[in-house]
Amino acid sequence: MSISNGQLAAIKVALFLLCLLPLAWLGWGAWQDALGPNPIETIQRDLGIWTLNLLVATLCVTPLRRMSGWAWLGRLRRMIGLFAFFYALLHFLGYVWLDQFFDWNAIAKDIFKRPFITVGFAAFVLLIPLAATSNRFAIKRLGGRRWQTLHRAVYPIAIFGVIHYWWLVKRDVATPALYALAVLFLLGLRALWREQERREQLAGKYAPQQPPRLRSRIIPIVSRRD
Amino acid sequence: MMHILPSEITPAQTYFDRRKFIGAAGALALSGLLPASAAAQSLIARKSPLSVLETPTPRDDIVNYGNFLEFASDKHGHVERSKLMAVRPWTVTVEGLVAKPRRFAIEDLLKLPLEERIYRHRCVEGWSMVVPWVGFPLSALLNQVEPLGNAKYVEFISHVDPAIMPNVRRQLLDWPYLEGLRMDEALHPLTLIAVGLYGEVLPKPNGAPLRLVVPWKYGYKSAKSIVSIRLVEHPPNTVWMKAVPDEYGFYANVNPGVDHPRWSQAKERRIGEFFKRTTLPFNGYADQVASLYAGMDLRKFF
Ligand code: HEM
Repeated sequence: MSISNGQLAAIKVALFLLCLLPLAWLGWGAWQDALGPNPIETIQRDLGIWTLNLLVATLCVTPLRRMSGWAWLGRLRRMIGLFAFFYALLHFLGYVWLDQFFDWNAIAKDIFKRPFITVGFAAFVLLIPLAATSNRFAIKRLGGRRWQTLHRAVYPIAIFGVIHYWWLVKRDVATPALYALAVLFLLGLRALWREQERREQLAGKYAPQQPPRLRSRIIPIVSRRD
Repeated sequence: MMHILPSEITPAQTYFDRRKFIGAAGALALSGLLPASAAAQSLIARKSPLSVLETPTPRDDIVNYGNFLEFASDKHGHVERSKLMAVRPWTVTVEGLVAKPRRFAIEDLLKLPLEERIYRHRCVEGWSMVVPWVGFPLSALLNQVEPLGNAKYVEFISHVDPAIMPNVRRQLLDWPYLEGLRMDEALHPLTLIAVGLYGEVLPKPNGAPLRLVVPWKYGYKSAKSIVSIRLVEHPPNTVWMKAVPDEYGFYANVNPGVDHPRWSQAKERRIGEFFKRTTLPFNGYADQVASLYAGMDLRKFF
C-alpha cells in the first residue's frame, strides 16, 4: 500500500498527537491532583514506561514494514525515536529534579553505584547522539552506512532499558519480563533475517556485480522528497 | 490445647439484650452495602505518650497506597482485591514455647485497653507516612500466654487464601507471609499489635483485622492479617530472607547508613510532600531502641 504525501502528513500529525497523549495525561493528572498518593512516583514511572514503550515501537517499525510492504511506515520511525528520547529526557530530568533535587553528589554516586541507574543512564546517554543525528543533514554528513551503524545503538539501548526496569522492581518481574520478550523477539527477528540473507548470499544468489540485498535495508529516515 | 472460643458461644448478655443484638445485626447487614469508611466500627482508644507529634498522613492515602503482596505487586491493586477477604470470624493462635497457648478471637482482642499511637512508617522502597494506629502492645498479648525461658524469637504468620490472592497462586513468595522478631524486640513497648486506624477498625488493605507494627523497622517486618503467633527458640527464616537473602535481613532496622543493595536508603519521600526528607536512624526511634542493638555491627545484621 502506497500513500500520498498528504496522507503521510496526516498520519504524522496523528502520530505526533498520539505520542503526546501520555504526557498530556500526566499533566492533566498533576493539575487535577489525580496521580494518586505518590504523584511523583507516578510521574517518574509513567515517563520511564513510555520511554520503553516508544523504544519498543521504533523496533517494531522495520519488521512491520518488511512484513506489510508498506514503505511509508519507515518514515514514521524518526518521530517515534525522537519521542522516545523526549520521554527519556523528561524521565531523567524528573529523577534529577523531583527525586534527587539537584544533589549532584548523590546523582553521581547513584550512577556509579546502583546498577539499575547505571544501565538506565547508559541507555539515556546512548540515545543522545541518535537524537542529535536524526535529521537529513546528519545523514548526509555521516553517509548512510555510518549513520545506520550508529543508529543500531538502539538495540543495546532497548536492552539496557529492559535491564534497568528488571533491576529496579522489588520482586515481581512479570512486566519487565514481558518487555524482555518483546525486545528479544524484535531483535531475534533481525538476526534471523540477517542470517537468511547471509546464507542466500553464500549460496550465490546474487551476481557479484549486483549490490547485495543487505544494502536495501538502509532506508533513510527521510526520503529525498522531504 | 484449644478451648471453646468466647465468640463461639452466645454470651448471656447478648442473649438477654436481643433488641440491641438485632440492631447490631441490622447494622452489620447494612454495612455490606455501605462504603468501607461508613461501615467502619469506631474504637475507643486513649492517646499514647509514645505518639510522634508529626501530622498524620490523610486516611485515604494510608488506605489506598501500600504493599499487600498477597493481593498485588503494585501499590494500589490490593485495595479492591482485599475486599474479598473475610475478617470475621477471625482467630489468632499464640503458641509455641509458652506455658499457656491460646486462641484469641478478634472480638476479645478488641476489648483489650486500646491506645492510639501515631507512628512514623518507613517502607524499604523509600516512601514513608505518619500513621495513627489503634492497638495494644504486643507484650500485652504475649504476657497472657506466659513465654517459657527458651523462647528467644517470635514468629508471625499471615493469612493465606489462594482463591482471592493472585500472588499466592503465582507463588511469588514462599507463602504464608512469615516475619519474626527477637524476644526483646517483641516485648519492647513500641511494638504494637494494631487493630485500628484513625479511630476505626483496621481497613482490609492495611492488614485487617490485626497486624504487627514495629515503627523502627522497614514496613515489611510488620506482618498483616495475622493468624498465628509462635514463640520459638531459633531465628525464624522469614519470607523475605528466603526469597532474597542478600537484600532483606532479619533485623530490617531503618538505617540511612546501610543502603539496600539496589538503592539508597539515605532519604525518603513522605507521602504528601514534594521533596524527599532525610531518613533517620531507627526511623527516628533511636533513643528508645538503639540500646537493643548495642555492640552489633548493623551492616552485617541488616
Ligand atoms: C532509555 C532510558 C530509560 C528507560 C527506557 C527507562 C525506563 C524505566 C522504567 C520502565 C521504569 C519503571 C517504571 C515502573 O516501575 O513502572 C523506570 C524507573 C526508574 N528510572 Fe528509568 N529509564 C531510563 C533511564 C533512566 C535514567 C537515565 C535514570 C536516572 C539516572 C532513571 C531512573 C529511574 C528511576 C530512579 C526509576 C524508579 C522510579 C521509582 O521507582 O519510583 N531511568 N525507568
